[in-house]
Amino acid sequence: MISPPAASDLVTLRDVKFGYGARTVLRDINLTVPRGKVVAIMGGSGCGKTTILRLIGGQLRPKSGEVLVAGRPVAKLNAEDLFRMRRRMGMLFQFGALFTDMTAFDNVAFPLREHTSLPEDIIHDLVILKLQAVGLRGAAGLRPAELSGGMARRVALARAVALDPMLIMYDEPFAGLDPISLSIIGDLIRRLNDALGATSVVVTHDIIESLKIVDYVYFVSEGRVIAQGTPAELKVSDVPYVRQFVDGETDGPVPFHYPAASYRSELMAEIDE
Amino acid sequence: MNDIARMLRRLGGGVIDAVWRLGYASRFIAMVLAASGMAFRRFSLTMRELYFAGVLSLVIISVSGLFVGMVLALQGFETLQNFGAAEAVGVLVATSLVKELGPVVAGLLFASRAGSAMTAEIGLMKTTEQLSAMEMMAVNPLARVVAPRFWAGVISMPLLAAIFSVMGVFGGWLVAVKLLGVDNGTFWSQMQAQIDFRLGIVNGIIKSFVFGAAITAIAVYEGYDAPPTAEGVASATTRTVVESALAVLALDFVLTVFMFRGTGL
Repeated sequence: MISPPAASDLVTLRDVKFGYGARTVLRDINLTVPRGKVVAIMGGSGCGKTTILRLIGGQLRPKSGEVLVAGRPVAKLNAEDLFRMRRRMGMLFQFGALFTDMTAFDNVAFPLREHTSLPEDIIHDLVILKLQAVGLRGAAGLRPAELSGGMARRVALARAVALDPMLIMYDEPFAGLDPISLSIIGDLIRRLNDALGATSVVVTHDIIESLKIVDYVYFVSEGRVIAQGTPAELKVSDVPYVRQFVDGETDGPVPFHYPAASYRSELMAEIDE
Repeated sequence: MNDIARMLRRLGGGVIDAVWRLGYASRFIAMVLAASGMAFRRFSLTMRELYFAGVLSLVIISVSGLFVGMVLALQGFETLQNFGAAEAVGVLVATSLVKELGPVVAGLLFASRAGSAMTAEIGLMKTTEQLSAMEMMAVNPLARVVAPRFWAGVISMPLLAAIFSVMGVFGGWLVAVKLLGVDNGTFWSQMQAQIDFRLGIVNGIIKSFVFGAAITAIAVYEGYDAPPTAEGVASATTRTVVESALAVLALDFVLTVFMFRGTGL
């Protein structure tokens, strides 16, 4: 008997398997995201972290297992219900994914204009509010090409929260940012989550920055959750993978070398022939 | 023996691949058509694309049309003169343009000017996750991005072909009447008498409409299907131009066969 998800959990992944063609990405993922919390999903590059976000957002369907958001199975929703659910989700893409043919203002206004029939002066005020929250009210008239990487991501964040979502997802929000932008984004993730009463899922490999702001962490490796806990628990964890990650060791359970034939045999092949 | 088996296998694989792709593309276009409501309800979206695909193609279309018409008049005049029918040069220019060269050459130019731009734009939007972001904001990119571009192409192509033909006739008139001394009245009256509205002009419009639909369908599909890399977008853009050119020429033959009125013998 499978227990129903607790009402306090906004997102639940249960025995989720997923693969692209013959390649298995997620073998067996079990995790829950409680309402109101900021949860990080960590792991090395290419371990399927982003895939988990796409499963939660319904852009991909699991091969088996269940993805529940607010108690509803995402993969079984029809297109209309899925779109209705996505209106209550915000997602920050790795490089912002701002619409390059629109100004920062129009980017933030986009979801409001598409999904509401608010008059333009109210949309103006809402957009200015969101831009002020990320500190970029002054950049409203700039185009994405004129924004720095960190600024673009903040505008994208303002766009992601334009409709006051219940769930905000972040795909590598810290990748490629300078230390100041890094702290700003980290701070915004926490503040927006608490101010909006939302729930956040942060996919990242930036351990230092994320341990400062999250409530709970799941470590994913080879398609499985191999460790989990609060930041305090993880800092003293003795799981080898977590230790390697926290300490930034080059070699360990995650090997430095990509799997290959033996070094000696490859170098000596010609001589042996 | 082994080589033959391998060759057959490769051939079979290629054919299955091609058929699969064709089916996939047809399904894609059907989905675009089904999602076309917004392109007309919010016509400003389509208007913007009409400007990019249509208005910005005007210069290349007009200039090319003018030159094609001028060349046609020069070449036609030389041949017709041998039969003492030099004043029929107007009919020759107008017929060639309205029935064939207008739609075909305008189509080829449209594919390389507007089709390639559409593919590159949609492909880059996909590469930079803009389409994905739109989906996550509960906005269907087929309705918001693809359908307005498709309909803009379908609407602007017949208009561009018509402008091409008009400029061509004007170019022919410049050469024949102003340069070679063909009688002005004969030039226009023969054209008016010889060109049938239904068989000439309407058929030309049908052709340009079909070409427009084919070119933009190829362009938006290639863009949407492009692998999300620089190389992927580059090769998708090339494919759009090549496939559109082939499609225009092949469809032209098929349509001409349907419009052919027999030998009259």
